[in-house]
Amino acid sequence: MTTTPVHFYQVGSYAAGNRLVGEGDRTVQSGAGRTNALDSGHRACQGCGEALGARYVLDAAMRSCDGQLMAVNATGCLEVFSTPFPETSWRIPWLHSLFGNAPPVATGVSAALRVKGRTDVRVVAQAGDGGTVDIGLACLSGLFERDDDVLFVCYDNEAYMNTGVQRSGATPPAARTATTEAVGDSPGNPFGQGKDLPRIAMAHDIPYVATATVADLHDLEAKVERAMEIRGARYLHVLVPCPLGWGSAPSDTIELARLAQETGIFPVFEARDGSVTSVSPIRCRQPVEAYLSRQRRYAHLFTDPPRQDVIDHIQAIADRNIARYGLVGSDAPATDGEH
Amino acid sequence: MFQVRIHGRGGQGVVAAAEILSMAAFDEGRFAQAFPSFGSERMGAPVVSYCRIDDRPIRTHEPIAEPDALIVQDPTLVHQVDLFGGLADDAYVLVNTSKSFEGLGLAEFASRFRPGRLLTCPATALALEYVGRPLPNAALLGGFAALTGRISLDALEKAISERFAGVVGTANAAAARAAFEFVVDEARAGQDREVVARAPAD
Amino acid sequence: MLQQIEGSQAVARAVACCRPEVVCAYPISPQTHIIEAIGVLVRTGELAPCEFINVESEFAAMSVSIGASATGARAYTATASQGLLYMMEAVHNASGLELPIVMTLANRAIGAPINIWNDHSDAMAASDAGWIQLFAETNQEAVDLHVLAFRLAEELSLPVMVCMDGFVLTHAVEQVDLPEQGRVDAFLPPYAPHQFLDPADPVSIGAMVGPEAFEEVKVLAHLRQLDALDRIPELAAEFEEIFGRPSAGLVGTYRTEGADTIVVALGSVLGTIKDAVDERRRAGQRVGVVGITTFRPFPTSEVRSALAGARQVVVIEKAFRAGGGGVLSGDVTLAVQDSDVGVHTVVAGLGGRPITRRGVESVLGSAARGELEPLSFLDLDNAVIEHERARVLSASSPGPDGTATVRRRPPPVASPVGEAP
Repeated sequence: MTTTPVHFYQVGSYAAGNRLVGEGDRTVQSGAGRTNALDSGHRACQGCGEALGARYVLDAAMRSCDGQLMAVNATGCLEVFSTPFPETSWRIPWLHSLFGNAPPVATGVSAALRVKGRTDVRVVAQAGDGGTVDIGLACLSGLFERDDDVLFVCYDNEAYMNTGVQRSGATPPAARTATTEAVGDSPGNPFGQGKDLPRIAMAHDIPYVATATVADLHDLEAKVERAMEIRGARYLHVLVPCPLGWGSAPSDTIELARLAQETGIFPVFEARDGSVTSVSPIRCRQPVEAYLSRQRRYAHLFTDPPRQDVIDHIQAIADRNIARYGLVGSDAPATDGEH
Repeated sequence: MFQVRIHGRGGQGVVAAAEILSMAAFDEGRFAQAFPSFGSERMGAPVVSYCRIDDRPIRTHEPIAEPDALIVQDPTLVHQVDLFGGLADDAYVLVNTSKSFEGLGLAEFASRFRPGRLLTCPATALALEYVGRPLPNAALLGGFAALTGRISLDALEKAISERFAGVVGTANAAAARAAFEFVVDEARAGQDREVVARAPAD
Repeated sequence: MLQQIEGSQAVARAVACCRPEVVCAYPISPQTHIIEAIGVLVRTGELAPCEFINVESEFAAMSVSIGASATGARAYTATASQGLLYMMEAVHNASGLELPIVMTLANRAIGAPINIWNDHSDAMAASDAGWIQLFAETNQEAVDLHVLAFRLAEELSLPVMVCMDGFVLTHAVEQVDLPEQGRVDAFLPPYAPHQFLDPADPVSIGAMVGPEAFEEVKVLAHLRQLDALDRIPELAAEFEEIFGRPSAGLVGTYRTEGADTIVVALGSVLGTIKDAVDERRRAGQRVGVVGITTFRPFPTSEVRSALAGARQVVVIEKAFRAGGGGVLSGDVTLAVQDSDVGVHTVVAGLGGRPITRRGVESVLGSAARGELEPLSFLDLDNAVIEHERARVLSASSPGPDGTATVRRRPPPVASPVGEAP
């Protein structure tokens, strides 16, 4: 009799499939009782990382609060593709006001619930990277500083995708956008700009800050659930590849999110009260080329000859992240102020 | 309508003085309006407040350009600010100082006014004695009540006690009473002087 | 209860009687005393349940109000001037979302040059924001209009801005009949939102609307505004029944009977104008006053009736559009467009310049002599204007007018003789 060995890991992914883990460890999405906070039929692009991320985040959050969830949304792709007039994909109470004010609108919702004694109802605010790191930053800092009872989720696809891929404060160095075109001597976004919002959030000493990607959906859901166990200002920064803006295949969304983490370009960690408490270690370290070369926004780096200087610069940033968070090996998290 | 303008420096309770005066007038059943000169003055800067008192509702909200009475809380303003602008010859003037008008270099100016309508009052000294802080506003209002007869001391003391809680209110009310008595005495002495001065001519 | 009280304190007490559930504001002169006083009332528990939230900007203050109102809480905020401009995107959003937020606007000039004093530039900048705008003439009106505003806002599901002159009213200590809690409760029922966020009945609020329906949405908002013109007099009558004193409504008239010249104005300057009108009436001039309480929606037919019989109308306004003219004048002109009434705009009191009874009397004198220009400026220092125009023409020293005007004063003094440093 011939036997076929069971592969615990899916080929190339290192992520456990739902069928291969126990009932209790399966994702919320794999269950028949999932709430579909963001229902099907919306107008997101194929392979949209944000739609995937939002669906996982909100359904996990709903499970954490027995469905008593409200969402506030900044202007952006998620808002536009989910509510084409006169339809809506939202099966939870949902409020969109403006681009830059999702944090204080959520504060207002939270305050109203508190004054009405409805503290069983929880509030999630969500925005893209533009609504978070740029136009909404002052307001978000205010929410953090007041420790308002809101889980703020940033779906980071690293540019203004809703308006046609313009640079944001979260756009990485060398990336081509419509306002940082791949022309001239230093094509793409300049080095040395941009903001590391998870660390800015941590600087507010709020109770919970975490990063995640849509490559590890178990991890994403677990972080949402841990965030929902806490009251006060919580921040979750989710990397969500955008096929349109990144110039990637829709089928590569998960793969690219995984490569961002495995190269060290996007460190995945968790922090409480301003200090890193855990990191997702890199299990199969990849050079940054593996990540960059699959995205047309970096195509200008892979000319003949390639822009090795720029690639090396990006590698140095990834290496710095790996050292800062101790992402490789058994090192303890190398956090600021703990050494 | 009786219009009062109060000059002082930021931090001396100039605005509070006008408020208290208006509250005392209100307590006596009259209509009153108090408001500050609107500015972004810091501590120590010259500030002005206004108070109107009338027997009928006051509609206007313009600043008082031609006051019937002037209270100067800080004598160092005398040569810095146009304190006496718009002042008619029959107006009342009360200056917080232990000096005389002559001592302030205002002898010629003072001679313009009707006798008995100009007085100096050592309100800061009284405030230090009764309140323990150099805040002359309540004491000056006591002096104002005595000088003009436009407000009763009882109403004033009540308004002061309402504005400042507890012992601070009591102490300020006492300072106001002391200043009231000081001015009454001064006025009596002034009348005596006037009688003496006039005597040879008669 | 009659009290001698500062306008801001009185408004704070009145707002507290309206039982707002979320009060959120960012400090700006001259609004500060109002929110400070409400903050105290919340801290002492006199206003409860209420969440008082200090935020990092006016934009956040209006946004918190939006979130709270959409969740079914009665929301209040206050601002002025630059603060209103800074929150303007959210101001439009609040009306577009049909949220019955009540906001006090402590009217103040808009810079540059920066200026903290009173005029109506801020309110006029928001006159197309879809909010109902009510102007208080006195602190009594300011207090009463706030109570009316909550009722009106919640009935129509529209935000209401109560405008009161910064400093002139907010910082004036005057006699005010403060509303009693029982009467406010009788007048103002608990907030029953038309639509709100509720997990038991999930709705999406703030969805995108395209060309296929946007115009209809805007016209519906316009019609709801016009409904206010019917509702305000009814609510004012109900207010009088409950509180025993009349409330301001759409427009107020003073000595307009037989008047051939009528002054139209907004806010606290009406008091000074009435004093001036009394003087001019004594001198034999047939003058009267129309005060506009409800500026948005504009009570066109009421204004037309109030001005009927006048030969000329003098609009005294504390704001104007550079390159255009008066703002209120535009609305008044439309109201009388079918008659041969002449409308004169007198811009006055910009940036806190006092409008005096004498100044108004001089305007009325000019009107009587038929000397009033279509657009004029009260108490203007023409020497400054002429000097500055000449300087710009000669291009001797570049720089903005505001800076140059400041530089011009005090007049240059002769340099001391000696070596240059």
